[in-house]
Amino acid sequence: MTPGEDLRTATPPPLRDDDHVRGDAHKPLIVFYADFTCPRCALAHERLVDAGARVAFRHFALRAKHPRAIAVALAAEAAGAQDAFWPFADALYADQGRLDDPHLWQRARDLGLDLAGFDEHRRADAAATRVREDTRAALAAGATTTPTIFAGDSAYSGVPDGDWLARVGYDRAPSLEQPSPPDPQAAAR
Amino acid sequence: MSVLPAGSDVPEFTLRREDGEPFTRDDLAGNTTVLVFYPSAFSSVCTDQFQIYQEVLEDLAAEGATVYGVSIDQTDSQVAFRESLGVTIPMLSDAVPQAAATRAFGVLFEPTGVANRALVIVGPDQKVLWSWEGEHPGILPGANLIFDGLAGARP
Repeated sequence: MTPGEDLRTATPPPLRDDDHVRGDAHKPLIVFYADFTCPRCALAHERLVDAGARVAFRHFALRAKHPRAIAVALAAEAAGAQDAFWPFADALYADQGRLDDPHLWQRARDLGLDLAGFDEHRRADAAATRVREDTRAALAAGATTTPTIFAGDSAYSGVPDGDWLARVGYDRAPSLEQPSPPDPQAAAR
Repeated sequence: MSVLPAGSDVPEFTLRREDGEPFTRDDLAGNTTVLVFYPSAFSSVCTDQFQIYQEVLEDLAAEGATVYGVSIDQTDSQVAFRESLGVTIPMLSDAVPQAAATRAFGVLFEPTGVANRALVIVGPDQKVLWSWEGEHPGILPGANLIFDGLAGARP
């Protein structure tokens, strides 16, 4: 392959055996190219969960987007190596203010992961290759922002709204109609 | 007005580098250059655009292409924008005389007087190899289009 050949326009790769997939296999598949440091991705993640969507998570981790984007993506891969990708992903999106190494270790401990194995895997070439290849596939597919979401032939940049989710086969959940108002009591806690 | 099409000779122009030195048509000779015209430093779409292009900068260099960002912003604004993103793509200012090069390349967005979002790949012979212009500045061309353009322009 010549330099940059894998960055020419291409459709997103089909579902692979090693994709991180969650949800009912009978529901339409949503391929979610996202970054754990991006607030829009956190909201999109919440909406996909609310919709009960079947989701394949792929990394779209840009070095210039956030200084921890790639480090956190690698940590998620390391959790995945211990069959804990989704609980770890949920924990990351639940608290994007804590993404430094001690916070990642704490999440790993909370999930009962082997910490030595976690650290070894997140620094391994396999994790770096996975994150890099996912990101390059997103770029080749024309992704220009985090998150970028594909369902069949349809693509969506940003936080999916109820209309788009309905178009790709998901019911309009009331919580998708508009962002939830801030909860002052939650902020005070 | 529309972007110079492939095969066009690049007209004479003068932009300002970040150090204040001129960047002219002569600087295109012997190189493959990707000029990224963008409307305005610090806008959200421009932010996404440069974060994405930074990700593939080494790949573009491997293809022998050098990338520059071009806008009508003053150099100080461009540099502040670039540094705020941690991006290394050098910026060229078209502030004085305002938008003259932008107009010469055919990418002035008349309704607002800024550059439309456009990509121009110039070959070592100072001719346009490939170009792209959005319908309006809100349309963000993916990095994939640059690699398509480079691949399609090869003999």
